[in-house]
Formats: sequence, structure tokens, C-alpha cells
Amino acid sequence: MMARLSQFRLKGLLFLAIAVFAVPLFISNPFHYGLATQIALIAGAVVGLNLLVGFAGQISLGHAGFFGLGAYFSAIMTSTYGWSAIPALIVGAIVVAIIAWVVGRPILRLKGHYLSMATLAVGFIIAIILNNEREITGGPDGMPVPPFDVFGWELSAFGQYSLFGMDISGDLAWYLFAGVVLLAAVWLAQNLIDSPIGRALRSVHGSEVAASVVGVNTAKYKSLVFVISAVYASVMGALYGHFQGFITPSVASFDFSILLITMVVLGGMGSTIGVIIGAVVLELLPQLLADFQEMEMVLFGLILMLTMIFMPKGLLPTATNLLAKRRSKSAGGDA
Amino acid sequence: MFKNITRRASTFAAIAAAGLLAINVQAAEPIRIGSFLSVTGPASFLGDPELKTLEMYVEKINADGGVLGRQLELIHYDDAGNASKARNFASRLIRSDRVDIIVGGSTTGATMAAVPMVEQAGVPFISLAGAVVITNPVKKWVFKTPQTDRMAAERVLNDMKARGLTKVGLISGTGGFGSSGREQTLAAAKEMGGIEIVADETYGGSDTDMTAQLTNIRGAEGVQTILNFGFGQGPAIVTRNYAQLGIELPFYQSHGVASDGFLELAGSSADGLRLPASPLLVPDSLPESDPQKPVVEAYKSEYEARWNAKVSTFGAYAYDGLMLAVEAIEKAGTTDKAAVRDALETIQGHVGVTGTFNMSADDHNGLQADSFRILEVQDGGWNLIN
Repeated sequence: MMARLSQFRLKGLLFLAIAVFAVPLFISNPFHYGLATQIALIAGAVVGLNLLVGFAGQISLGHAGFFGLGAYFSAIMTSTYGWSAIPALIVGAIVVAIIAWVVGRPILRLKGHYLSMATLAVGFIIAIILNNEREITGGPDGMPVPPFDVFGWELSAFGQYSLFGMDISGDLAWYLFAGVVLLAAVWLAQNLIDSPIGRALRSVHGSEVAASVVGVNTAKYKSLVFVISAVYASVMGALYGHFQGFITPSVASFDFSILLITMVVLGGMGSTIGVIIGAVVLELLPQLLADFQEMEMVLFGLILMLTMIFMPKGLLPTATNLLAKRRSKSAGGDA
Repeated sequence: MFKNITRRASTFAAIAAAGLLAINVQAAEPIRIGSFLSVTGPASFLGDPELKTLEMYVEKINADGGVLGRQLELIHYDDAGNASKARNFASRLIRSDRVDIIVGGSTTGATMAAVPMVEQAGVPFISLAGAVVITNPVKKWVFKTPQTDRMAAERVLNDMKARGLTKVGLISGTGGFGSSGREQTLAAAKEMGGIEIVADETYGGSDTDMTAQLTNIRGAEGVQTILNFGFGQGPAIVTRNYAQLGIELPFYQSHGVASDGFLELAGSSADGLRLPASPLLVPDSLPESDPQKPVVEAYKSEYEARWNAKVSTFGAYAYDGLMLAVEAIEKAGTTDKAAVRDALETIQGHVGVTGTFNMSADDHNGLQADSFRILEVQDGGWNLIN
């Protein structure tokens, strides 16, 4: 059983790696690369959120706040203070981790709706600060973000680069970079899930009382996973800001928090590959539906509603269940 | 051998013919005008009339034979007031739809999010958003049609000075429009001199009572007049509170409330307040000598006939944007992006609904502060002061 599980885990990562590197074979339009890059970065944040929601069973409705904090920290440090992007990203992640730890300790004592409300409030407070500190953040009109740079080498979506003797456009370079970051994020998450921490988290999800009875320090693990998922959001937010070149407080908005949690639920809570599919679907749908103009939101809502009615466990788990059922049926027929 | 040559020759001829055909087809291809607007969401009061205006005038221009003998094709997306969506759609317009020019960007955030993309790709972009940062500093490919908030501040402060009011109590919303307006008012007052901001209060977008701030302003030493810079329902509440408190000081609002909707919200308490606004609100009061009068009247009557809805200042920004784009393309005689951009920059004396545009290399807005008319509310209607 364990062997099969871990095999499946590697399969998932392998499948994802193939998917990530196969995408450039099918698209050549720079706009599509831009979209794919954005999806990869947001999917990274969703993978982090899934650790909290899918594995530890704690709801966060304010995760965009951490995403926004990471984006703004990096934006402010690199533009106003002339930092390099990597230290800004790391220090930003540390700052966000501390903030998440400080607010996480008290609010993770809350359960169910109360926890959701508290995380909602945290998200709102961050959004309000970003909106009002005009001198630092540019206020509601947003602020420009310099390109991502590593040791003086700039990664701009508009540049031209050569990699292994091949000329590649900035869009493709950004996409490959974001794809590698996403793979790293998934690899880290999968390892965490299969570690003792991951098992402790799942026991918290199953029953907090039972978990504490068998000696799991539930409070510690809950705040740990809260911090980890906030750091995921912060790092992805920072990269997202550099990629976009301009950010507004909408990256920390309530709407965006809801979008992130919807990606988790739609894709399949607790399934790392599933939530990535959720992110892909929810980012692509608005673009595909944009041609329907006025009907866009109606169709979007309809698709979400039907998915949740007929696939309540999420896209991937329902699909794998169906596959497994069919396989066992045909196996039964053979016998 | 000979057969081979004839085959090659005929292939060549076929390719050449196909090429010629392609050129022919290209000549008849429509001119693609891209647009991303906040048609839904919190800024829909901007995007909705803008989209209606663009749709209506693209239809009209096409019915009249198009531009350079080519039809116009409008490709538009709804950014819902979200800056990252705006950037995505700008990217889509430029790279996927390959538009010739972009007219759009309802809000400053949406516009600024698209600017890096536009600048890099080199596509002429006429923004419909207000803040001064869009065209100052000048960006090579970016133009805009609304007056800046800086001009509104200057216009109001000048009118105050003309009435001998030099000590101003400022109250502003904390939204994008209000806070940028506050900044520009403070800067303009400093630069103009002879006028002083003696109180500086703010209110949140969803606040329902501003009597505390107004009481503070009334208590400020020597205050002679009040100016409110804000958007949406806030200014209407300020106006009502102002009347409830019985403040007798002359009261100014910004161009953000220059709509009939505001008059309905504020009711009789708005009587006597002044604001800078587009001549679109008072087409009948404009003198016959005003070159804008026919343009304003035509836009108002055509819009209201087509959509059976009240015309709005924001739709007029889109009208001016489209007409500037058309003039630039006609002037350039091509849709070559660099040529259109150069033509846009040299447009002089273009009479629009918002004002008369005189573009130059260091002014990509082309309007003067006096394109704002100072209006006074009297008996629930607008009255042109100057």
C-alpha cells in the first residue's frame, strides 16, 4: 500500500513535469505563454494553500493577503530601495512567515466558521493597508515592479535570451522559470505530505481530539502548516509581481482569496495535482469565455455550479475514482 | 528537364499569384481597434458608457465608409476593474488579436498595468483614465483623453482665488480618485501660492456619515471655503451633511461627481455648490461661438437616441479617444503603428466633447485646465458660470 502510494506520488510529479515541458510544443503565441506563466505561479500558491485546507483541514479566506504582502514587499524593496530580487523575495518570505506565525497562533485556536472569519479579517486588513499607505504602495492605483533579476542578470518578459545555444523569447524564459518553480513547489509539498508532519496534519484533519490523544501537538502543527502555506503564497506573489511588472492592491483582495480557495475545492482538496488542474481551469475559463461577453459570468457560474453538484470531491479525485471503478468493473468481468 | 522547369515556373507563378491575392486581401482587411474596459465591477459606471460609445461610433463610421476605405473592427474585453485582468487583456489584444491601436483603460490602475506591455510592444494606446501619472512623465506610446486631476484642482483653486477665497478646507475620499485628487490639490496649492489648505480630512469609500470631518473643517482657523475630492456615494453624503450642519461656506466638489446621478442623490442640499465639469452637462448654455457646442450637442443627442439612456462624461472620453485615433490614422494614411503614434502626437485643434486637444511631444493629453467649465448647481440643475 505504501509503495503504491509513493509510486503514485512520483507519477504525479512526473506527469506534471511532462505537462509543463510539453506546453511550449503546443503554443507559440506570446500571449499564451504569459497566461501559462501566470497560471503556473498562481498554481504554486494554490499548492501551498492546499496543504492548509486539503491536508490540515483548516480554511483560510485571506490567503490573497499573504500573496499580496509578498508581491508588495518585493516590489517596494526592489524599486524604492534598489534591492536585488532574490534577497527581497527571501526576506519577504521571512517577514510573511513571522506575520503568519504571530497571527496564526491565536486564530488557529478557533474552529470552523470562526477560523474562516478570522482569516478573512486578516486578508482584509492587509488589503486595507496596501490601499491606504499611498506613499509606500502607490495606493489603489498600484505601483510598477522592476523585472526579476539574479546577480545582475534580468529576466524580463520582453527580453531575448539564449539557453543552451537556442534563442528563446522572454515570455518562454519566464514560462520555463515559472514551470520549474511550480515543480519545486509540488516536490516540496509532496515530501512534506509524506513526512511525519504530513501524517500528523492528516490526523488533525481527521479528528483533532483523537490526534491530541495519540500525542500530536495539534496547535504546533496547525500553525506550522499555516506559516508554510503563507510562505508559499508570499514567494509566488513576489514572482507574480515581477512577472506582471505592475501590481495593484487587487492581488490582496477578498475576490482573489476566494478564487484561490475555489481552485483548491474545484480541483480536489488534498490532491496536489488536482488543485493545479483547478488553477488551470479557473484561470483559463475566463479567457475562453471572454468571447461570450455579457454571458461570461453566467456561463462561468453555471460551469462551477455543475462541477460542484456532479463532482463534489473535485475534478481530479472524481475522475480517478471513475477510472478506478471502471477498471475494477472490467477486471471483475474478466474473472 | 523541360517539364521540370515548366512545373517550377508554374509553381512560382502560383505562389506569386497567391502572394498578390494576399496583398489584395490585406488591403481590404479591417482596421483593428482594441479595447479593454471596466464594463462590470465597481467601475462599471465608467466602462459601460465607454463601451456603448465605442460600439455605436464604430458602427457609424463603418456605415459612412470606414477609415482609409477600410472598415473598423472593435475587439473589446471586460477587465472588471481588475488591474491584472487588464494587463492580460492588453497582452491578448497586442499579441493575439494584433490590434492596430488601443482605446481603453477605464481606471488608472488598469491603464498603468497595461502601460509596460504597450510601451514594449509599441502600440499606440489612448487611455480613458484620469490620473496625472498616465501622461506625466510622458510615455512614448501612451496618450489620454480626460483632463488630469491636477487640472481639476487648478481650475477649482483659480475659481476660489477669483472669488477671494484663499483658505481652503479640504476633504477627500481614500479611494484612488480621492487620494490622487488630494495629492494634486495640495501640490497645486503650493505651486500657485496665495492660497492655503487649512484643513485636510479624509473619509472611507463606504462611510455613511462625514459630519465629524466637516465639523473639524468648520472649526479650522480662518477657513473660507470647502473642497471635496471624491467619487461615488461619498460626495453625496458630504453634501447632505454639509447642508444638515448648516455650513454657510462656499462649497466645491470635484469633476468626479459631475453627473445627473449625483444631483438625484444629493437633492436640494447641493444647491449653490460649484464644480469643474465637462461642457457635456450644459450643452444648451454653451454660447454659439463655442467651437465645442456642435460636437457636444451631436454626441449627446446621438447617444441618447441610440441607447435611450442619459449621456455621461465618461462615455465622452471614449468618444474623444476613438475620434483622435481615427484622425491620427487618417493623418498618417496608414495603420503603421509608429506613423499613427507620430500623427497622434502632432494633432492640433481637434475639437472633442471633453475639450480641444493640442497634442505635442511633451503633452500627450493635449487639454488645458480651462476645458473644464465651472458649473453651479441651481434648483436641482446645472448652471454654467464660466
